[in-house]
Amino acid sequence: MGIPNIYCYFLVVSSYLREVYILSLIHKFNIDNIYIVLDINSGAVHQVDIITYDVLDYYPDSPKEAIINKLQNKYNAKEIEEVIEELDQLVNEELLFSKDTYGELTTKINNNKVIKAICLHIAHDCNIRCKYCFASQGDFKGQRSLMSSEVGKKAIDFLIENSGNRRNLEVDFFGGEPLLNFDVVKDIVSYARNIEKENNKNFRFTITTNATLLTDEIMKYINDNMDNIVLSIDGNKNTNDYMRSTKNGKGTYDVILPKIKKMVENRGDKSYYVRGTFTKHNIDFSKDVIHLADQGFKQISVEPVVTDPEQEYALSQEDLPFIFKEYEKLAKEYLQRKNNDIGFNFFHFMIDLFQGPCIQKRLSGCGAGNEYIAITPEGDIYPCHQFVGDLDFNMGSVFESKLNSSIQNNFKEANVLKKDKCSKCWARFYCSGGCHANAYNFNKDILIPYDVGCEMEKKRLECALMIQAQLL
Amino acid sequence: MKHIKTITKKRDLKKTIDKGGCGECQTSCQSACKTSCTVGNQSCENI
Repeated sequence: MGIPNIYCYFLVVSSYLREVYILSLIHKFNIDNIYIVLDINSGAVHQVDIITYDVLDYYPDSPKEAIINKLQNKYNAKEIEEVIEELDQLVNEELLFSKDTYGELTTKINNNKVIKAICLHIAHDCNIRCKYCFASQGDFKGQRSLMSSEVGKKAIDFLIENSGNRRNLEVDFFGGEPLLNFDVVKDIVSYARNIEKENNKNFRFTITTNATLLTDEIMKYINDNMDNIVLSIDGNKNTNDYMRSTKNGKGTYDVILPKIKKMVENRGDKSYYVRGTFTKHNIDFSKDVIHLADQGFKQISVEPVVTDPEQEYALSQEDLPFIFKEYEKLAKEYLQRKNNDIGFNFFHFMIDLFQGPCIQKRLSGCGAGNEYIAITPEGDIYPCHQFVGDLDFNMGSVFESKLNSSIQNNFKEANVLKKDKCSKCWARFYCSGGCHANAYNFNKDILIPYDVGCEMEKKRLECALMIQAQLL
Repeated sequence: MKHIKTITKKRDLKKTIDKGGCGECQTSCQSACKTSCTVGNQSCENI
């Protein structure tokens, strides 16, 4: 009995070692018989045939003869040998199984505590009542309130003072619904524009709106002054109106669609996004993305809902297989439309395989609590818009010169290399550790990522890589 | 190669260590999502 036990032990150990060391260097996947291999550390992407895909179940830890032996019933020995030669060549060129040497960088990232982006909560109030709103229908669990021009201008001063040598500064007008306080938005834009040159800064403004209050005059102002606009709509009428309704319970679709169309039409070549949320109620969300594309929108983002798992519309682990199929279905349609010159951009399928961000950016992630902060109507500062209202995360005020350094440091330290679950994940250079707020909401710890979110992110990245492989 | 088509070669991420980190790029979740974090689709301002 001793020998089989030792043999079993050997199998378990070698399987463990393969999982830990070999599979943490590459990621292979198959979508619709398109076989892709990503070399995680170099970023090289390979499209392979099925023989190569199968050989990689054993390569490089099994000798050539053993691999041939294992696969000889499916492929002939000559083909397997050819594959192994090609794989050897890629390994020699450091395009496959390349080593991770990024660990030494932990001390080099996020060293500069400069702020470059603020999310201004212009209105903690909203004129509609979306069931899934993380801002508690606009008030962020506090009193309904509007930001004053004084607070807004002070926030601009605070950003300039804390931005060091950064030239490009971002300001997002957010809510609640910022159009409820549009005169203050205009005041803040005008103030920032007046002082940007003397401070050697370039402000980039974005506004996020539910579109219900858009008028011709407001649209013109936004087109003249905002670098980007995010327009909220969830998809088709049924989907949108189920979650996004007025205070009287009426759907918003018929009101917002013509306004969003007009806004986008007037936008010309300036940036915009139509942005929706999907929940358990429209888990077949690919139809909603396609519906938005069919309306003529070219820049689309539809995101999974982030909410308390107890909510009836929350997404859960059991929904993942269906959601994965939806992403794949969307990816195929997306590709087909791109190839027929009727394509659109889906935010999470966009990926730059050739340039993209530097390693520091990839390791440090979203920058919440350090380079990015959210500011309430009263001038209180939080690490990002999703932490607003949770007093444990109050970092100070625009009326004070200092930020809470303990919170700032906790977020600074929360880079992808410090998160156990991320350190061996193949997607770590693309998601950069994920959303801190999601991690905290689900696990009460910004260092423990939200599993369901991670799985969806990985599926989106696989689709994005597959799409790039097919388009190039 | 007969069995493997390399779509993109090395991004040379390691080479970005020296010149990278200027921070001029857009904040990751500011552009469209606001509820997730994807960095791989961001553009570098220095290219």
